[in-house]
Amino acid sequence: MAISTAAPRRRIRESAGDRLFMFAIYAILSLVLIAVLYPLIYIVSSSISSPSAVTSGKVWLWPVDVSFRGFETIFKTPQIMTGYGNSLFYMSAGTVISVTLTIMLAYPLSRKTFFGRSAILMLVTFTMLFSGGLIPTYLVVKEMGLIDSRWALLIPNAIWVWQVIIARSFFQSTIPEELVEASEIDGCSDWRFLWSVVLPLSKPIVAVLVLMYAVGQWNAYFDALIYLKSDKLYPLQLVLRSIIIQNNSAGVMDPSIQVQRAEMAELLKYSLIVVATLPVLIIYPFVQRYFVQGMLVGSVKG
Amino acid sequence: MANAVLAFKDFNVIKGIWGSPWVGLKHFNAFFENPIFWTLLQNTLLLSLFLLLAGFPIPILLALMLNEVRSARFKKFVQLVTFAPYFISTVVMVSIIMLFLAPRLGFANVALQYFGFDPINFLGEPGMFRTIYVTSDIWQTAGYAAVIYLAALAGIDPTLYEAAKVDGASRLQKIIHVDLPGILPTITIILILNVGNVMSLGFEKIYLLQNSLNLPSSEVIATYVYSIGLLNANYSFATAVGLFNSVINLVLLVTVNTLAKRLSNTSIW
Repeated sequence: MAISTAAPRRRIRESAGDRLFMFAIYAILSLVLIAVLYPLIYIVSSSISSPSAVTSGKVWLWPVDVSFRGFETIFKTPQIMTGYGNSLFYMSAGTVISVTLTIMLAYPLSRKTFFGRSAILMLVTFTMLFSGGLIPTYLVVKEMGLIDSRWALLIPNAIWVWQVIIARSFFQSTIPEELVEASEIDGCSDWRFLWSVVLPLSKPIVAVLVLMYAVGQWNAYFDALIYLKSDKLYPLQLVLRSIIIQNNSAGVMDPSIQVQRAEMAELLKYSLIVVATLPVLIIYPFVQRYFVQGMLVGSVKG
Repeated sequence: MANAVLAFKDFNVIKGIWGSPWVGLKHFNAFFENPIFWTLLQNTLLLSLFLLLAGFPIPILLALMLNEVRSARFKKFVQLVTFAPYFISTVVMVSIIMLFLAPRLGFANVALQYFGFDPINFLGEPGMFRTIYVTSDIWQTAGYAAVIYLAALAGIDPTLYEAAKVDGASRLQKIIHVDLPGILPTITIILILNVGNVMSLGFEKIYLLQNSLNLPSSEVIATYVYSIGLLNANYSFATAVGLFNSVINLVLLVTVNTLAKRLSNTSIW
């Protein structure tokens, strides 16, 4: 507003057509908003309604007969809690491994003096566009003896090519060659330079990497599906799949509530969705800008 | 990846990959002659095509509309909300779909019955599968995909808007003559990347949405590779099928990229 007082000028009045156009835009966007929000609200509402209200279709928007029975059952079920613990482990260990490896690959690739840089970059990018396929990958994992071990979820997919490209273009644009030269003259080793100069200057990109990998690990299920056999290693997503999608709630239910079993099974599905998604959705508004940043760094052609 | 040579061999567990005998194109021939080949190809292509046709323009429209919004708070809120479903995992996404479309108690059928229609078993209808897949995909990723276009729109030279205003352009004309040409390079690049992914459909989601009833339209190459290769341990044959898929993908990517380079001088390398 400061600008308009400094240089007062008349606003060009919008034509009727333009105003109608704007009205249409607001109307459509509001519809989009409702279409996205409604299912989310419906699920949260259902998860805290009573089992019978859920199964009889009484829940439309807001919770009916608020109860937390679904959540109580979930927290008393060892299968689900093990899954939760596993997922937390995979998420934290996986993120540490992935971020470390990605930076260690992306940083050298960003230095012009690195021998064989373009050849390695070509190779890395090629794996993004073309892959041997599911079976060869599976056999490699199998040969390394990783089947049915926690490492199978942490190692094979540790590096996402896209992340390497993002990190590389970030390093390339923020760490000037002169900085390397200056530290070399001061007798700084490469490791020391990476640790005490590059990393402190690259906090935004490290945040992007951490978040992308963390969410990716938390949400992944496919690697676990093909590589893991014993259910004590299962991440939460696989437990969810068996309970919700395959409708297999036998292990969850306490025999004493057999009567309301069907109703409870319905309610549990909603509660489980909330429990599995809430951690991500709660931190999301605070970290959204990092994701946007990450996408934009990546879209700059490197 | 070197293990992809498996496609040209008869895999033998004892001899290992490198010790197994070469069989040339045997597995490829077997796949092409199998009647399921055409079904798989058709399902894969149709689903991808629908996804591209419906899913590609929507984020652009969303970004163009958001760009017109003057209230910063409303704009931010819409962005925040539409971006959120991107963080929902595939398993949860499919769970939500199944809960909403459940044959009797699902929200969609409760609503249908409320208005006096017969309930539909959405997930059991092969004809519904593609619609469900594409719609849910748009719901989940449109807000995410719009971010790139919004950034491109923000980078358009403001003097162009002033010039358009002086020339008396309406908002719609401004979108058509300033916004769209301004983000055309971005659109082209995203289109190239999307076409390159035509054959590598999101396996994870299709697999979870599959059931024996909708299999006629939901069995795609990727899910076939999984069931033949890992569930039936027919490694060589599945590798051949997967390799065929990858090759088609690469060819598509290169073709579209070359075309785009010729037509508009935009390419991804």
